[in-house]
Amino acid sequence: MNKILILAIGLLLPVICWGEGGDTFPHDKIHIDWNDKAAMQRGARTFANYCMSCHSAKYSRFDRVGKDLGIPDKLVRDNLIFTTDANGDKTKIGQLMKITMTPEYSKDAFGVVPPDLSLVARSRGVDWLYNYLRGFYVDESRDLGINNGVFANVGMPHVLVGLQGLQRPKYKTVTDSEGNDHEVIVGFEMLEPGSMTPSEYDQTVHDLVAYLDYLAEPYKQTRKNVGTGVIIFLLVFLILAYFLKKEYWKDVH
Amino acid sequence: MSEKQTGPGFLGWIDARFPLTKMFEEHLSKYYAPRNFNFWYFFGSLALVVLVIQIVTGIFLTMHYKPDGEMAFDSVEYIMRDVDWGWLIRYLHSTGASAFFIVVYLHMFRALIYGSYQKPRELIWLFGMFIFLALMAEAFMGYLLPWGQMSYWGAQVIISLFGAIPWVGDSLTLWIRGDFVVSDATLNRFFALHVVAVPLVLLMLVVMHVIALHEVGSNNPDGVEIKKNKDANGIPLDGIPFHPYYTVKDILGVVVFLILFSAVVFFMPDMGGYFLEHANFVPADQLKTPPHIAPVWYFTPFYAILRAIPNKLFGVIAMFSSIALLFLLPWIDRGKVKSVRYRSLGFKMLLVMLVISFIGLGYLGALPVDDTRKFFARVFSIGYFGFFLGLWWISKNETTKPVPERVR
Repeated sequence: MNKILILAIGLLLPVICWGEGGDTFPHDKIHIDWNDKAAMQRGARTFANYCMSCHSAKYSRFDRVGKDLGIPDKLVRDNLIFTTDANGDKTKIGQLMKITMTPEYSKDAFGVVPPDLSLVARSRGVDWLYNYLRGFYVDESRDLGINNGVFANVGMPHVLVGLQGLQRPKYKTVTDSEGNDHEVIVGFEMLEPGSMTPSEYDQTVHDLVAYLDYLAEPYKQTRKNVGTGVIIFLLVFLILAYFLKKEYWKDVH
Repeated sequence: MSEKQTGPGFLGWIDARFPLTKMFEEHLSKYYAPRNFNFWYFFGSLALVVLVIQIVTGIFLTMHYKPDGEMAFDSVEYIMRDVDWGWLIRYLHSTGASAFFIVVYLHMFRALIYGSYQKPRELIWLFGMFIFLALMAEAFMGYLLPWGQMSYWGAQVIISLFGAIPWVGDSLTLWIRGDFVVSDATLNRFFALHVVAVPLVLLMLVVMHVIALHEVGSNNPDGVEIKKNKDANGIPLDGIPFHPYYTVKDILGVVVFLILFSAVVFFMPDMGGYFLEHANFVPADQLKTPPHIAPVWYFTPFYAILRAIPNKLFGVIAMFSSIALLFLLPWIDRGKVKSVRYRSLGFKMLLVMLVISFIGLGYLGALPVDDTRKFFARVFSIGYFGFFLGLWWISKNETTKPVPERVR
C-alpha cells in the first residue's frame, strides 16, 4: 500500500527539467538578485540605449519601470524615452514601451522582425539570454560577418560589439554517438578588444538580463511578498482547523 | 391544500415553500458517511473547491480577456500587468487547471483501490468519467485562449487527430476549427465552449455525481456496506453525520491543499514549464511551427500512447480506448470484494503496474520522441492496457481475504 502511495505522490512532483541544446557555447548560469535594483537600473539604461531602437517591450509602461526600479520620472524621461508618438511628440511616460521602427522596415533591413522583448526572459530563459548576448563571434561566411554560439545564424547584428569587442571561436572536434565527427565551440579568443574588459562586459550583460527578467514579470516581487503572507495566514488557519477537527472527532471511535 | 409541518420563524416560512432544511439534512447533517475515511477521501471535496476557484477566477478573467486572434495574447499580458491583481487571478486559474487534474487523478485512483466503482456505484463512476471527459475538453479549449505558440500548435495537433477518422476525418476537423487552420474562428468558438457550454455540462454532471453518491451512500477503505448494520433508528452503526464530522475534517484538507496550491501560485506559477509552457510566452504564429510540441502535463499519458503506435489511425484508436476502457471498469472488474485491503496479490501488482505505466507515459509524453523513449512508451502502453485485461482475467476467480462485517 505504501508503495502505491509513494508512486501516486510522485504525480504531484513533476520532474523539473528544461533541456538546453547540447552544442551551444557559452553555457554559463546566471544568478539574479531580485533586490538588486541598481543592476536592473543599469540594465534599463543599456536596454534603452542599445536594444530599443529595434526591439519593443510593448506590454510594459515607462512609468511602471521607473516606479518599480526606483527611477524618478524626470530621469526616466531624459534617459529611457527616445521615441515619439504618432504626432511626433515625445512618448508620454505612462505609455507602453513601443518603438518607432515599423515591422515592414525591419523586415527589409534584417530579414526578420525583431521580436518584442517583454516576455523573452520567460520564453527563452535567463541563462539562454546571458549566454546568447556573450556568444557573438566573427564569421566571414555570414552577411553581417557575425554569428552566435547559442543561436546559430542569427539575424541580429552584434549591437554590443563596441563594448565587448570582436571574438573568434576556438573549436574542438568531437565524435557523437553515431560516429560522426563535428566541430564544437569550446572557447573564444579576443581579436579586437572593445571598450570594456571581459568581466565588465559580463557584468553589463548580467544587468541587462536582470532587467529583462524584471520586464517579463514586473510583479514578481509583489507575488512573492503576497505569497508569504498568504501562506503564513494559512498555517495559522491550519492550526485552528486541526484543533477544531480534533474537538469534533473526540467522540468518534 | 394540506399544511406542511414546518418549524417556526423565517426558516419555517422558507421550509414551507422550499425544502431547505430537508435538503440540508439529506445531504449534510443526516447524510451518514462511514467513520473510517482516510487520506484518499479528501479529494472529492477538494475537486469541488478547485471547481469553485476556476469558476470565480474565470468570471474575472472573462471581464478583461479579448477572444480575438489579434488581441488575445495582448489582453492576457494586459491582465498580468495592468489589471489590479490580474496576475493573481490568472495564476490562480492556470494553476487551478493543473490542480484540478492532480486532484481528479487522485480521486479516481481512490475509486480504483477501494472498488468504489463496483456495484451498486456504477452510475457514480460513469457520471465521474463524464466529468473527467468534460474536464479534458474544458482544459483543452481553455489552453487555446492565451493564444501563445503552444496554445496554437497544441490545438492544431490535437484537432488534426480527428482527421485520422476514415471518410469523415477532413470534414470533421474543418467543422471543429471553422477554418482550414486554427484561426480567429476557432478561438471564438473555443471561448464560447470554454466559458459557457462546457461549464454548464460540468456543473450538471457534478450535481448528478453527488446525488447518485448520496442515494447509494459512500464506499470506504474497507469496502464494507455500512447500511447493512443499522441501529434501532435506522442509522448505520458505522456511519457519522457528514456535517459536522466530515465538514470540519474536509476544512483541514482544504487548508493543506491551499498551502500547497499557494506555494505554486505565488512561488513557481509556471512550475518549471509544466503548468505554463515556456513557448507559450511567444504569440501564436501560423507560419512558425515550434521544434517540439508537447501538450500540458495532464494530457501527456494519453499523448504518449498515441505516439507509441506507428499508425496514426490506430494510435488515435488506442488513445481514445485508453479512456473508453475506464468507463467500462465496473464491468471489467468481475470481483466481489471491493477494497485492495482484502484483494489478491495479483490485484495489488496490477495496480502498481498501472501507476508505474501511467506516470511513465506522462513523463515520456512531455519529451520529444527517440528510439529508447518509443520503446519504453510501448512497454508502458502495454502496462496500461494490461491492467484492464489482467483485472478482467484475475477478478473471475480471485482468491481474496475475508471481508469484515463492520468497518475497522
